[in-house]
Amino acid sequence: MLQTEQLTINIGPQHPSAHGGLHVEAVLDGEVVVDAIPHVGYVHRSVEKIAESRTYAQFVPYTARLDYLGTHLPVIGYVQAVEKLAGIEVPERAEYIRVIMGELSRIASHQLFIGSLAIDLGATTGLLYCMRDRERIMDMFEMTSGQRLLAAYMRIGGIAEDLPPEFLPAVRSFVRDIPKMIKEYQGLLYGNEIFQARLKGIGKLSAQDAIAYGVTGPNLRACGVSYDIRKAEPYGIYDRFDFEIPVGSNGDAWDRLMVRNEEIIQSGRIIEQALDQLPEGEIRAKVPRVFKPEKGKSVYHRIEGAKGELGYYIVSDGGEKPYRLHVRAPSFVNLMALPLVSRGGLVQDIIVNIATLDPVLGEADR
Amino acid sequence: MQKIETLFVDLSDWFIAWLQSLGVPLAWADAILLLIQFLCIVGIILANITILIWLERKVSGFIQQRPGPNRLGPHGVFQTVADALKLLTKEDIIPSKTDRLIFITAPILFMTISVMLYIVLPMGKDMQVVDLNVGLFFFISLGSLTTIALLMGGWGSNNKWSLLGAMRSVAQMISYEIPLALSLMGVVMITGSLRLSDIVAAQDNVWFILLQPIAFITYFIAATAELNRGPFDMPEAEQELTAGAYTEYSGMRYALFFLAEYTNLVAVSALLSTLFLGGWQGPWLPSWLWIIIKTYLVMFLFMWVKWTFPRIRMDHLMAFSWKVLIPVTLVNIVATGFGLYIFKGIGG
Repeated sequence: MLQTEQLTINIGPQHPSAHGGLHVEAVLDGEVVVDAIPHVGYVHRSVEKIAESRTYAQFVPYTARLDYLGTHLPVIGYVQAVEKLAGIEVPERAEYIRVIMGELSRIASHQLFIGSLAIDLGATTGLLYCMRDRERIMDMFEMTSGQRLLAAYMRIGGIAEDLPPEFLPAVRSFVRDIPKMIKEYQGLLYGNEIFQARLKGIGKLSAQDAIAYGVTGPNLRACGVSYDIRKAEPYGIYDRFDFEIPVGSNGDAWDRLMVRNEEIIQSGRIIEQALDQLPEGEIRAKVPRVFKPEKGKSVYHRIEGAKGELGYYIVSDGGEKPYRLHVRAPSFVNLMALPLVSRGGLVQDIIVNIATLDPVLGEADR
Repeated sequence: MQKIETLFVDLSDWFIAWLQSLGVPLAWADAILLLIQFLCIVGIILANITILIWLERKVSGFIQQRPGPNRLGPHGVFQTVADALKLLTKEDIIPSKTDRLIFITAPILFMTISVMLYIVLPMGKDMQVVDLNVGLFFFISLGSLTTIALLMGGWGSNNKWSLLGAMRSVAQMISYEIPLALSLMGVVMITGSLRLSDIVAAQDNVWFILLQPIAFITYFIAATAELNRGPFDMPEAEQELTAGAYTEYSGMRYALFFLAEYTNLVAVSALLSTLFLGGWQGPWLPSWLWIIIKTYLVMFLFMWVKWTFPRIRMDHLMAFSWKVLIPVTLVNIVATGFGLYIFKGIGG
């Protein structure tokens, strides 16, 4: 038998497919992966500590920087947690606008997922197609808040400003075009023989392992577990919408892609219904500038983020700032399954696994 | 018309006659001409690559629905020149732990081999530097030498990514060299010669792409792998291996690798048009213009494939070569043999 040596290489934190500052320590035997250990913390900004020195309202824009790819979702999660803590009622219209913005963020995040997966597989054109479509969502964010990427549009008790008149037609035409976009991705990427061969059967995660590791979101649903917080524990007004939870069957990279692809369509359905039901009226409850939740009260609120279960645990000490704030970041938890799905695969599969587990490092490192 | 057709041949004849009139013996005149031809080849390569890199960017831009370079000069034509200047003026970095000799010679070797490919290419009627009787064999064997340059670069860099890239490159070349050579056998069997000028002459009536369509496709695929272009750009694979064998290279040394890859691309495209698309033959236009047109069409095909396909996985790549390409090429050879036998039987 030939004497071979194991090779330890560092994928990242400076690497073309490191998805923002992820460092994976890969132990290789030739091209076969013996182990792949993710090291996080390169984008650590101590968001949780910052929260302790900001008032509840001041902390809102920081949350937008957690999952900056689906920027409205972490903000919605935070403001809803604070509303729960302080017992604030949100006006109808604001709730609907939050749903629309949240689902648009989810679509944006999933489109970037497809695009970055494509470029990680070497199909540069796929990225450009997805970015082109995502650009329309960014434009809509700009219309409403003036910000494209880090739109802290939500406020405690509602939203910052009412929708501009050009927003609704833009959303409607975008939602109408979703099937066309999916068809294009289908033609360029999903239908490609090489693309399928690179994804099918790669990075398999069983339902038991996924649950044991605490994997949530599309990654869990790809394993065949029909678990979506929007259905399992509806928050906001999600119980009013009719949509399906797409599930996969194998838990491989291909299913993770397909689940997200289907979720884009479902999010489109939710947006359409929200647009039809969108009432007139107030957009923001009367919330005092400085408010002090009851001492010793704590709340855990979770929403279905673009990457999975996004939870906020807030403890109040009766002051105007949270005593402690913890973010349950789905990216971080999902990323921990990376060694499990990568072992025994090839180097090229690590890249696929990172891309399909879809971590966003701003959220994983916080 | 005739003048344009034989422009370059006339030029070289006139040059020899002029030298002889100065009292230079014929052998010396030929040697001087050879030197000038070499310089011409280098000139053609550099000019071509400048256009080619610009074209690649424009084509990729077109495929990806973006304008591509458009700042420097009309439609950004001078972008490549600016890039070349930038690479030339960059600091020459050789990492301290490298195997210096190998590290330095690798890009030079790569470029030299790529330029040598042009010696046997017929670039027009009677326009060939050397018309070797084993021209095709020469081309294939030289082409496979580029692997050694890549391996040298990857090994000499003393970098794990480079080593992985080089390993992949060797594995890929070994398995793709076989279908590459085998798919050309059909053409050789029909022509009965390895001389490239004979192969062009044999396509007087019908192009070999019609007689050997399968060989064309298999050669195209194998050549993509040989050229390290997407979807077979394993040795580079920037998303996985940072830049593979080229990771430690920068400045002009990197540019040399880059140039050599494009030089190879032009050479292989020219060979493809020579073997399957009738070479320099064509109506109305002069022969040297025809080969340029055909070469560029083939290159466009290479670019199209590169910019629309994802990268194949290493083990799939090997499996594809051994389980699909090689059997197909072998069957093609047998079929060609039978076809020739029957054809000769009928034709007498």
